[in-house]
Amino acid sequence: MRKTQYFILFSSLSFFVSATFIDTNQVKVADRESFLDTIPSSFGYGRKATQAEIDRLDIDVRPDGKGLPKGEGISAKGKVIFESKCVACHGVGGIGGPNGSLVANKTPTDKRREKTIGNYWPYATTVFDYVRRAMPFNEPGSLSNEEVYHLTAYLLNANGIIDEKAVINAQTLPKVEMPAKNLFVPDDRKGGAEIR
Amino acid sequence: MKLDKIVEITQRYPEKLSRRKLLGGLATAAVAIVQTAKGQTIQKAVSENAIYEDPTKKFGTPAGEIGTRSPYVKSVKKLSDISSRSPLQDFYGIITPSDLHFERHHAGVPAIDPNKHELLIHGLVEKPLVFTVADLKRFPSVSRIAFIECSGNFRGGKDNLTPQEICGLTSQSEWTGVKLSTLFNEVGVKPNASWFLAEGGDAAVMTRSIPVKKGWEDSIIAYAQNGEPLRPEQGFPVRLFNPGWEGNTSVKWLRRIELSDAPYYTREETSKYTEPIKEGKYRIFSFDMDARSIITFPSFPQQVEKGWIEIRGLAWSGRGKVVKVEVSTDAGKNWQIAQLNDPILDKAHVQFRYLWQWKGEETEILSRVTDETGYTQPTLKQLFEARGSDGGYHMNPITAWQIKKDGKVFFKPETFK
Repeated sequence: MRKTQYFILFSSLSFFVSATFIDTNQVKVADRESFLDTIPSSFGYGRKATQAEIDRLDIDVRPDGKGLPKGEGISAKGKVIFESKCVACHGVGGIGGPNGSLVANKTPTDKRREKTIGNYWPYATTVFDYVRRAMPFNEPGSLSNEEVYHLTAYLLNANGIIDEKAVINAQTLPKVEMPAKNLFVPDDRKGGAEIR
Repeated sequence: MKLDKIVEITQRYPEKLSRRKLLGGLATAAVAIVQTAKGQTIQKAVSENAIYEDPTKKFGTPAGEIGTRSPYVKSVKKLSDISSRSPLQDFYGIITPSDLHFERHHAGVPAIDPNKHELLIHGLVEKPLVFTVADLKRFPSVSRIAFIECSGNFRGGKDNLTPQEICGLTSQSEWTGVKLSTLFNEVGVKPNASWFLAEGGDAAVMTRSIPVKKGWEDSIIAYAQNGEPLRPEQGFPVRLFNPGWEGNTSVKWLRRIELSDAPYYTREETSKYTEPIKEGKYRIFSFDMDARSIITFPSFPQQVEKGWIEIRGLAWSGRGKVVKVEVSTDAGKNWQIAQLNDPILDKAHVQFRYLWQWKGEETEILSRVTDETGYTQPTLKQLFEARGSDGGYHMNPITAWQIKKDGKVFFKPETFK
C-alpha cells in the first residue's frame, strides 16, 4: 500500500516539476546548468609560465611597493636625465611643454589649475611605474631602473614633496606621502533615478 | 583630378557638370566588350557617354577578393591629436563598420605578429599559464554585440559641431572571444584575488586595474570583431572587452593579466580617467558608462525641408538595456515616445526613430534615454549641478539641435558659467 502512495506522490511531484519547466526562464536556467556541467574543470590549453617569463613581463608597481626593483635615485641625477630626455615634451623644470606639465606652476596664468604630479597624483609609486613602462615618449621602455629612480626623485623634489637629498628606493618610495592622496573617492554612481 | 574629388563635385553641382566634362582625359581608352556574330569576344571603342551614363551598357567590375565602398560614399573618421571619431551621422542600424570604429590609443597602434603574441595570466592563481592566440581560440567561444565608449566623449562650446565631433568616441561591434571567467577557471583564481591588472603590448604598455568580479561576470578576451580577426586599431590580435564600461578599461593588444588583492593605481586610473565631483573631490574607478542618446538625423550641417521628417538616433546604456527613448520637437517642453528598432540588446547601441511633421517654425529637437535601472539621461545643467564641476570624464548630456527657419540645423551649445 505504501508503495502505491509513494508512486502517487512521486508522479504528482514529477508533474509539478515538468509544469514549472514550461516557464521559459526556467528552461533557460536548466539549459545553462546542463551546459556548465559539461565544461571540464580544466581544458589543458596553454603552457605553464616559468618564473623567468613572469619576471620578464611583470613590471608593475603597487602603492605598497610590491614590484619595485633594486636600485636607488636622487633628484640631482634625475635633473640631468630630465633635461636631456624629458624637457622637450614637459618643459623646463617640468612646467609647460607640449605634452603637459608635471610640476605645479606656482604662478599659474591659466584659471584652470593644471593637474600635475604634485597636486593630482595620489601615489608616488605610480610615477616610477609609468615612467618605466612608457617613457620617454620617443623611446619607451629604454630607461634603466636606476635612471627611473633618479627621475622619480627629481619629479618628487621639483614638486616640493621630498627633500633634495632624499634617496628614493624600494623602501622609501612607498612611504612618500602625496599631497593628492585624499583627493579621490570611489565611484558612487549606481544607476537609478538619481543623477550623480 | 582624383576620383573622390570628382565625385564630390558631381554631388555638389550635378546639373552644371556632366561626367564627360569631368572625366575628360581620364577616360581616353574607353572600351566595351562585345560579342561578334561568330562568337568571338572583342573589345570595341565606344563613346564615353555610352559607358558612363548607362551602367547597363557596360560589363561591370569582376568579382574581387575584397569588397569596396562605392566611390560615392565618403565616410571617414575625424582625427584629433590623440584619437579619431566615428561618423555617427553616417551610420545605419547599430553595427559600426570595423574600419570606422573610433580609435584611441596612448602610444600608437603596435605591429604585432599574432603567431608570436601570448597572453600571460599570473599573480594570485593556482597555476600561472601562457596562452597563444591559437590556444585562446580553442576555448568555448562567445559572441556579443555591445558598444565601447571612451569616457572622455563629450565636446561642446560651439554650434557647428556634428554628432561625430560631439560624441564620436563610441562604436559598436559584434565581439567574439573567450569569456575571461573560462580562463579564470583554467588558471584557478585564488579566493583572495579581488582585482586584476590588464596590460597591453603597445608602446604605452597600458595598464588598468579591474575588479575580479567584472571578470567573472561578463568580460571577454576578444580576438574577433564583426566576423573577422580584430583590426589592429582595435587590439589585434587580442583585447580585453568589458561590456558597458569606460573604453579605456578594455585594454587592447592584451599581453598580461595579473591577479592581485589590491588595485595598482596606474597612471591611467589616477592622473587620467578620474573626474571632478563636489567638495573638491575626484571620482576614481568610475567604470560604468551612464545612459546616453543623440539624434544623428537631422544634425549639423544638414538642412531639412518642410514636411515629414523621420528623426533618427542612437541610444545606449552601460548598465543594461535601453527601455525608453523620448524625443522633444519643441525645445524640451513636451516629450514623445520614440520607436526603438530591434534588436534592443544589453549594453548596446539601439536605434530610435520618431516621425515629425515640420511646418517651418524655428525650434529645437532633443532626445533622452531611460535605461532599465530607471536612470534618465540628464541635461548638461543637471550634470554640472550634481557634480559641482564643469566637465571632465563621463559627461552624457542631452544633446539639442536647433532647427532654423530655413531648415538649417545647428548644435545648441550650452554654458552655465
